[in-house]
Amino acid sequence: MNVTMNVNGKPYTRDVEPRTLLVHFLREDLLLTGTHVGCDTSQCGACTVHVDGEAVKSCTVLAVQADGMDVTTIEGIGTPGDLHPLQTGFWEKHGLQCGYCTPGMIMASAELLKHNPSPSEQEIRYHLEGNYCRCTGYHNIVKAVQHAAEIMAQGGQAGGQAADD
Amino acid sequence: MYPANFDYQKAASVDAALQAMADNPDLKVIAGGHSLLPAMKLRLAQPPALLDIFNLEELKGIKEDGDFYVVGAMTTHADVLRSQLPLFPEVAGWVGDPMVRNRGTIGGSLAHADPSADYPAAALATGAEFVIRGMGGERTVGADEMFLGMFESAVQHGELLTHIRIPRGISASVYEKYRHPASHYAIVGVAMARHADGQIRAAYTGAAEKAARLPKLEERLNAGQDAGTGLVEGADMLGDRFASAEFRAHLVDVLSDRAAKRLG
Ligand SMILES: Cc1cc2nc3c(=O)[nH]c(=O)nc-3n(C[C@H](O)[C@H](O)[C@H](O)COP(=O)(O)OP(=O)(O)OC[C@H]3O[C@@H](n4cnc5c(N)ncnc54)[C@H](O)[C@@H]3O)c2cc1C
Repeated sequence: MNVTMNVNGKPYTRDVEPRTLLVHFLREDLLLTGTHVGCDTSQCGACTVHVDGEAVKSCTVLAVQADGMDVTTIEGIGTPGDLHPLQTGFWEKHGLQCGYCTPGMIMASAELLKHNPSPSEQEIRYHLEGNYCRCTGYHNIVKAVQHAAEIMAQGGQAGGQAADD
Repeated sequence: MYPANFDYQKAASVDAALQAMADNPDLKVIAGGHSLLPAMKLRLAQPPALLDIFNLEELKGIKEDGDFYVVGAMTTHADVLRSQLPLFPEVAGWVGDPMVRNRGTIGGSLAHADPSADYPAAALATGAEFVIRGMGGERTVGADEMFLGMFESAVQHGELLTHIRIPRGISASVYEKYRHPASHYAIVGVAMARHADGQIRAAYTGAAEKAARLPKLEERLNAGQDAGTGLVEGADMLGDRFASAEFRAHLVDVLSDRAAKRLG
């Protein structure tokens, strides 16, 4: 089946099997390998992307279900020269060790900050319940999100695509 | 590729979906896909063809109709969480995680009748009604007739759950849950609601092959007594590697007591 999607602001059309998961479409058809697969059971959140502005687990959405939609991945929210405040936050606060969960953590946190620009520690932990990290014990992830919220409160712009999705 | 291959089509309307299912008995409905796709990835389910109803606008949103709220089956958990419904927003806040709530739907969950799902307890405590449509027309099923067994609801093959009707007169409600730390599903959940006539209804989920009312608890609370213990004595409880049957029965008592105290 043909699917057309705007991914990080660019239109792509590909012929896919209906069983293709959105995460495999992104990684294997579009070679956007920043979105990770960390489990087989829809639990870990490493594959989190935004579809029409909402955070979803791209391992539990079919590519054909996202036909015609706007998708934002970790590649779309900042660039090495113009990091998203969340990317700066994870860097500054050591919010990662192996980094495998980080793209999903950032995409989930971006949705939180969009609705709640200054979340409490409890709100951050509640919002990240669907994102598993096996290195940090989550403390520095919470600090990273708080740091990003501060940057954004001081007018630091979200770079890239997430700014307008 | 995780799932086995299948055909896929999007339904254009409820009528078209019912017709398509009548023409092709192999068609399996997909709503938010957050129970079905995990099962298909593990090849526990291998439907030959999917019919996608997730985007049907006629099945989305919440309206008021006399003494009821009418909730479209494809309303997501996230929209339920943000709504003015009684009890269901608190329950939705316990379902999975934010990403699951952005895709999963209230109708998908209730039609699926997972014994560990949260909403069935809320449906029983609020006395919700289910509007089910088939080629032969529409019927309404009460909450007490909806959950028939493990993964078995009153929705038959070839039918669609279109709306959930939730009474508006509920003055207070609570949900208490002991959840599985990894899957987030209910090991036990207890829902309670005080109705317009002052009577309390209560139900549990997660602990047995289907969600069910708690008659002993309702009787005690409506007589002004404490929740007490032995609420599911004699009932068949689920036991697995996460929680034994005895532990689940104990949790029903503990969560019922907490819920009763919070309901006040
Ligand atoms: C990681 C994770 C954690 C979760 N945690 C919880 C939790 O804590 N509590 C909880 O309750 N749930 C939990 N869920 C399940 C989630 O709530 C699902 O969204 C829900 O169970 C199914 O709804 P759906 O819209 O995704 O349905 P689908 O998966 O699309 O469909 C489920 C079944 O119902 C049928 N169906 C769907 N809609 C209709 C309809 N309108 N009419 C007739 N048949 C229909 C389908 O054919 C299918 O058999 C979790 C899921 C995941 C992936």
